[in-house]
Amino acid sequence: MSVLVEKADLSLKYIAHYNKVKETLFEGSPDVLNAQRKKAFQDFVMQGIPTNKNEKYKYTNLHPHFLPNFSFIHQKEAQKTDPNAIFHCDVPQLDSYVKTTTNGWFNESKTEGDLPEGVILESLEKMMKEQPGLVEKYYAKIAKSDTDAMVALNTAFAKDGYFLYVPKNVVCEQPIQLINFLEAPKDSFVTQRNLVVLEQGADVKLILCDHTLNLNRYLCNAVTEIFVGENANLDYYTLQNQHNRTANISSVFVQQERDSVVTSHTSSFHGGLIRNNMEFVLNGENTEANVFGMAFLDKKQHVDNFTQIIHKKPNGRSNQVYKNVLDNEATGAFSGLIHVVRDAQNTNAFQQNNNLLLSDTATMQTKPQLIIDADDVKCSHGATVGQIDEEALFYLRARGINEDKARLMMMNAFMHEVVRKISVEALRDRIDELVERRLNGEVAKCHECAYQCEV
Amino acid sequence: MLLYSSFERVGEAFLKRATIMLKIKNLYASVDGQEILKGINLEIKPGEVHAIMGPNGSGKSTLANVLAGKQEYEVTAGEVTFLGENLLDKAPETRAKDGLFLSFQYPVEIPGVPMANFIKTAVNEHRVHRGEKELTAGQFLKLMREKMELVEMKTKLTNRSVNEGFSGGEKKKNEIFQMAMLEPKLAILDETDSGLDIDALRTVANGVNALKSPETSSIVITHYQRLLDYIVPDFVHILYHGKIVKTAGKELALELEEKGYDWIKSEKGN
Repeated sequence: MSVLVEKADLSLKYIAHYNKVKETLFEGSPDVLNAQRKKAFQDFVMQGIPTNKNEKYKYTNLHPHFLPNFSFIHQKEAQKTDPNAIFHCDVPQLDSYVKTTTNGWFNESKTEGDLPEGVILESLEKMMKEQPGLVEKYYAKIAKSDTDAMVALNTAFAKDGYFLYVPKNVVCEQPIQLINFLEAPKDSFVTQRNLVVLEQGADVKLILCDHTLNLNRYLCNAVTEIFVGENANLDYYTLQNQHNRTANISSVFVQQERDSVVTSHTSSFHGGLIRNNMEFVLNGENTEANVFGMAFLDKKQHVDNFTQIIHKKPNGRSNQVYKNVLDNEATGAFSGLIHVVRDAQNTNAFQQNNNLLLSDTATMQTKPQLIIDADDVKCSHGATVGQIDEEALFYLRARGINEDKARLMMMNAFMHEVVRKISVEALRDRIDELVERRLNGEVAKCHECAYQCEV
Repeated sequence: MLLYSSFERVGEAFLKRATIMLKIKNLYASVDGQEILKGINLEIKPGEVHAIMGPNGSGKSTLANVLAGKQEYEVTAGEVTFLGENLLDKAPETRAKDGLFLSFQYPVEIPGVPMANFIKTAVNEHRVHRGEKELTAGQFLKLMREKMELVEMKTKLTNRSVNEGFSGGEKKKNEIFQMAMLEPKLAILDETDSGLDIDALRTVANGVNALKSPETSSIVITHYQRLLDYIVPDFVHILYHGKIVKTAGKELALELEEKGYDWIKSEKGN
């Protein structure tokens, strides 16, 4: 009984906080946001912080991560330093157009180079004020707060994030990179809300990097809505590299119109708790969704990839490959749903999840789920949980390669299938290197910050 | 006087090193609690080729794997010295770098590990072990081309994973190619002839012979005489029920080919 009360209390704590800061939240926020805020808050009150009894959160216990006495950042703070100045991305030849956010807030900064005409990469809050019509058309349309408490909480607290708009038939040759920093003076609860709109025929490659810049504790609850127009093409890369005191809950909703192709690729290199919700709705005929992910976990880290691919129209293709390497007492989960609705004939859906356990104490939960209401479809899925192939290991050692190196080669080989799905060559090379360093026991940092992961 | 005697001792050790490559003394080994090797004795000198023959299940592959250091084989008694040093204490990779090479009966496919990367790492580990510099990319490619030619290896290795999708013959050639790259002092060829047609057999044998020198030795494990037509052994041993029951010159292989193993079985009892 006392446990129940405690759990209820925990949600109440966040509800009470909302009521306390309600005025600050509404104040200065455009109507677009506030209209959704109220409803989302009610949705959160109804649902509370998800527990393991919730089927969607069966393998991830969020409660301990909500316990700390977090500070909230509901107002934009004066920028202390220009993250562009302290941060120098060392991916060679990546040559991306870089913008940053700090604690969920979009940083105004000067960026070298130009985006093609009409492309907008801005603060969401700012864009809501400047072009409310454009934002209103999309905001909170696919991220549903009544079925996911974390989305509800995000929508209730949402103030800022990034907004990317690519007009009709505009092709961005140069990748766009967004670096999300967590850097607050106290343990903090961070809310970030992003919106991506690709009009018909638009083409863009988006690279997102999540980093922590100091050792404070963070709970980051981010929601991204992505609208992909007819015949548009999006590559969406995520690199998660945060310290062990961070809980990162990221929910990405993608809606694709006909003939569009989206490739999402998530590399979870480091983090205390990582939960990636990926929901793809294939809303037009002949759409393609490629959803890839890999995670490296050790110590007590936890990564949960939760995907839902909903085929709504005929001739769609989806392709999921997720791989995890788990060491020490790490825990991992993969739940992948493929839902083919009645109209979506001639759908081809594939899902694969492979996991490599390096210790006897690491655990992995994998749950493929198919709901098929159409009769002419091709769906397949497979999941494996295993150890390093000892025969292969011996073969390498018998050629003079020492055990550690041989193991590393095997782990690299295991992940290679996912790494090679990255189409931006410079990024692929860089990630290849990060994979090797991560597997080698070195912390895969991608920048020169003072971040330490022994915590 | 003291100085003289220590010189003498060094000289002795050197002599011993030079005259004995591998010495197996009363070796017992088991796998999953089942005893397979039951007292093997064998001595191999530099330059010698020893063939080990015997019926299925006699312990030939077990001997090869024990020498290479496979973990699931437990040595319960006996000792093995390789170039004067205790072999059994060493990790498989150290044995390899000391100059022991096992050509696998069933080479393992390792998807995702590029062949070139694998062999380059192996070569460089050997070089570092010997106190030499690692090869540059250019030097490595040149060496690889040379050795591929030597073993008549036509399989394109770039962009391929170790043994993945190789035919049976290609896999065996790949073993000999690796041997050529690593230049071992003692090569153990575990049924390298199995699954090869006569042309592939000849190529593989030619490769092995091309690598032969007065300083290197080999152990050729086989069921059949035909490989020994190409790789001519100095000694033929018959392994039966975990023991070497007969040792003779190359004529023994011919005798086996003719009479089969039954006469050994009846001679030794089942």
